[in-house]
Amino acid sequence: MSAATPQQENPLAAGLERLPVHPTAITIFGATGDLAQRKLLPALYNLAHDGALPERFNLIGTSRSDHSDDEFREMAADAIRRYSRRAPDEQVLTRLLAEVRYVPGSFDDPTVYTRLGEVLGEFDAEGGDPLNRTFYLSTAPAFFPVIIEALGKAGLNHLDESDVRVVIEKPFGTSLAEAEELNRRVLSVFEERQVFRIDHYLGKETVQNVLAFRFANGLFEPLWNRNYIDHVQITAAEDIGIGSRASYYDSAGAVRDLVQNHMLQLLCLLCMEPPVMFTADEVRDEKVKVLRAITPPTVEEVPEMSVRAQYTAGTVGGEEVVGYHEEEGVPSDSTTETFAALRLEVDNWRWAGVPMYLRTAKRMARKVTEIAVVLKPVPHLGFQQDGTQDVRPNQLVMTVQPNEGVSLSLGAKVPGTRMRIRPVNMEFLYGTAFMSESPEAYERLILDVMRGDATLFTRNDEAEAQWRIIDPVEQAWAAGLAPPTTYEAGTQGPEEANRILLGDDVWRAV
Amino acid sequence: MAIAERTDNVWSERDTTPSAIEEAMRDLIAERHAESSGFVVARALNLVCIVDREWSGEIANRLRGIGRFHASRTIVCAYEPDRTTLDATANIATTGTPEQGEFALMRETIVVNVGPEHLKHLDRIVDPLVVTDVPTVIWSPHGHPEAVDALLSIAQVVLLDSVDDPDPGAALERVCRLAARAYVVDLAWLRTTPWRERIAGAFDPPNRRPELGTISSVTAQIREGSEVSGLLLLGWMTARLGWRPGALTSRQGTMRGRARARRGEVEIELRTTAQMQVPGLAGIDIRTASGTGVSLERGTGGLTARRTERDGTQRTWTVLGASRGEPGILGEGLRQALVRDPTFDDALTAARELA
Repeated sequence: MSAATPQQENPLAAGLERLPVHPTAITIFGATGDLAQRKLLPALYNLAHDGALPERFNLIGTSRSDHSDDEFREMAADAIRRYSRRAPDEQVLTRLLAEVRYVPGSFDDPTVYTRLGEVLGEFDAEGGDPLNRTFYLSTAPAFFPVIIEALGKAGLNHLDESDVRVVIEKPFGTSLAEAEELNRRVLSVFEERQVFRIDHYLGKETVQNVLAFRFANGLFEPLWNRNYIDHVQITAAEDIGIGSRASYYDSAGAVRDLVQNHMLQLLCLLCMEPPVMFTADEVRDEKVKVLRAITPPTVEEVPEMSVRAQYTAGTVGGEEVVGYHEEEGVPSDSTTETFAALRLEVDNWRWAGVPMYLRTAKRMARKVTEIAVVLKPVPHLGFQQDGTQDVRPNQLVMTVQPNEGVSLSLGAKVPGTRMRIRPVNMEFLYGTAFMSESPEAYERLILDVMRGDATLFTRNDEAEAQWRIIDPVEQAWAAGLAPPTTYEAGTQGPEEANRILLGDDVWRAV
Repeated sequence: MAIAERTDNVWSERDTTPSAIEEAMRDLIAERHAESSGFVVARALNLVCIVDREWSGEIANRLRGIGRFHASRTIVCAYEPDRTTLDATANIATTGTPEQGEFALMRETIVVNVGPEHLKHLDRIVDPLVVTDVPTVIWSPHGHPEAVDALLSIAQVVLLDSVDDPDPGAALERVCRLAARAYVVDLAWLRTTPWRERIAGAFDPPNRRPELGTISSVTAQIREGSEVSGLLLLGWMTARLGWRPGALTSRQGTMRGRARARRGEVEIELRTTAQMQVPGLAGIDIRTASGTGVSLERGTGGLTARRTERDGTQRTWTVLGASRGEPGILGEGLRQALVRDPTFDDALTAARELA
């Protein structure tokens, strides 16, 4: 039998699958908004359902619209019933929302923060001990610095004997200058350890599986370098258009929407060195090293390493769809890209000379997010005289969504009397090997915030390093370099995308 | 003489052999895969159930209730006292028809009717039927220890429910014996999981942790017949907190005794209640030498927690969590076969000393 010293650690927590979480009060700014209703409130419910919330938990919603506690409670219950990944247990739902509070008001109104402080104080008094406090900024980005500074002025950025944390949704700025300015303002109020910049992509099980795949298997590590890997393709394709997001999407574009955050994060996970321990700072140190090893292009180099395009009318899944310019809310002279492809290089000992192709688009033939690692071809192929065709270098493909899994393409002999080779796939689907249902990314990430584990969150230097790579591309495009071309909706993207490929490299079919 | 029948994705044969069953299952998989490459085999877990044939419907119902925690291949050995030959049925169910680019998992079920002579050599029958390199779990809810013994050579995990045994001491002895040969997942232990998590949570804030060293009494309430769950919970606390347990004595439905902690003795009590509908725990009350205390009991939408401070002040709140129900606990048992609980062995050892 083993026993620990109670004063130093909690011996009862050892071996538990769900570790205790310190009693916490979460305040959601923008609690009546789309993200809160569709994702955050259902995630909190599912944590409650699974018994994963802290033993004492309180929720406060705040937003500009005027509602009573009861009205907000009804609104939250409706959102949970509508968007939760499972039908809610009404008893748990009622209990979760029984003590919920709502503080209405403008985010720049100091009285909102005074009232928040009072409500939080009431929760502490009811509990007998001060609760940890988490402020979740689920608002338009323009309000991030406003709320942060107001929290500071109200003295809500610190509480003796408790941890106060702030969660900042993406986008974290729209340029390097904005990200630096936002970091400066955030870090003038909170310490970095209190700040959780969320990119929900990192909460996906399959993204975390990239780390497990690389660092829990010895098989691939000897090959994981410039000597064996020819190039890498990271693709995030969607078959849908921009839907009702025209106002956001047309000001952001494909690079800001997906490349600057999600796709660079995937590239980091693929290229990073193994950390000694999987602690927040050690993992993030390694990711920042990858980002720093990517030399940002000069504005003049951008046309050679990037392609942008917009979709035109076409057919997707048998349905005719309009082009980007015809989408509701999109200006007819918009040059915003719905397709972007970049060629980057990680200039370090392991990866120098290996092209890293990143490609994302709306209205492609199919929805898929994958990382394809294309190995170098064999030095000599002796089978061609026997009729072998189409022998391709091995490709290791990690599919993030849908059909999460890993496949390895191999050359195999075609049955028959002759020695003919053709590519076959060795496939592993995560869904075939595990019986558990993956939690929503937001469930995992909210729990991590309450535990104070920042491993899956973007650090300040990481956010800036991402922008440092993307900024010259945005600047060059804004200056009219590499003007956008077009591609028909439902296809593989523009022909021009081939322009950035080196040597014999070809895009994988989406 | 073998008489075989085959309909869509179902195969059956009287007086058959394990190799014929295995070959039929391979053919069924190939047939299903030929229908659509989106039908894929799942390879998570083999579950071998040994059941009395007359009660096999009830077991099938229980397995239907576990939802996504279904084993990828289930082999049901249905026992009939008069049987001398093997009859078998194999079938493949899928979770829907896959659209282009999607996949649907195949769930494979084999039912083999066996007799008394087959039980002691059941490993020879089942071994060819399990998927190799995938964990194999044995579940024998109707007894048949000789069959479990035979299968231990090919299985890694035994799933059981100790509350099925009316004698808690004997039940714990049996778990200990099995635990020496395989990993044991005991549903009686899994019924304590939310309680263990909540007790750990109640003492987790740094200012509450010192109270763990001053606990003076623990009283657990259980449904009558769920003594093993109660003993395992108390055994877990005893082991984790480094107490030296003494045997509890039973009187009028209550077991009482003491454990020796670093700073003094801890009164331990296990009471039964007639008011619970389902097996497991009804509540726990933990008190410290300084007069503080924490109690948890089943409530609406979770557990009702009550904390008593030194000055007598009491605070009550709900610790949220949905009831898993008995199907959920069985499903959790199958999921636990793929993971390992490092605290179970110590809790079991302490529970035996308390029993």
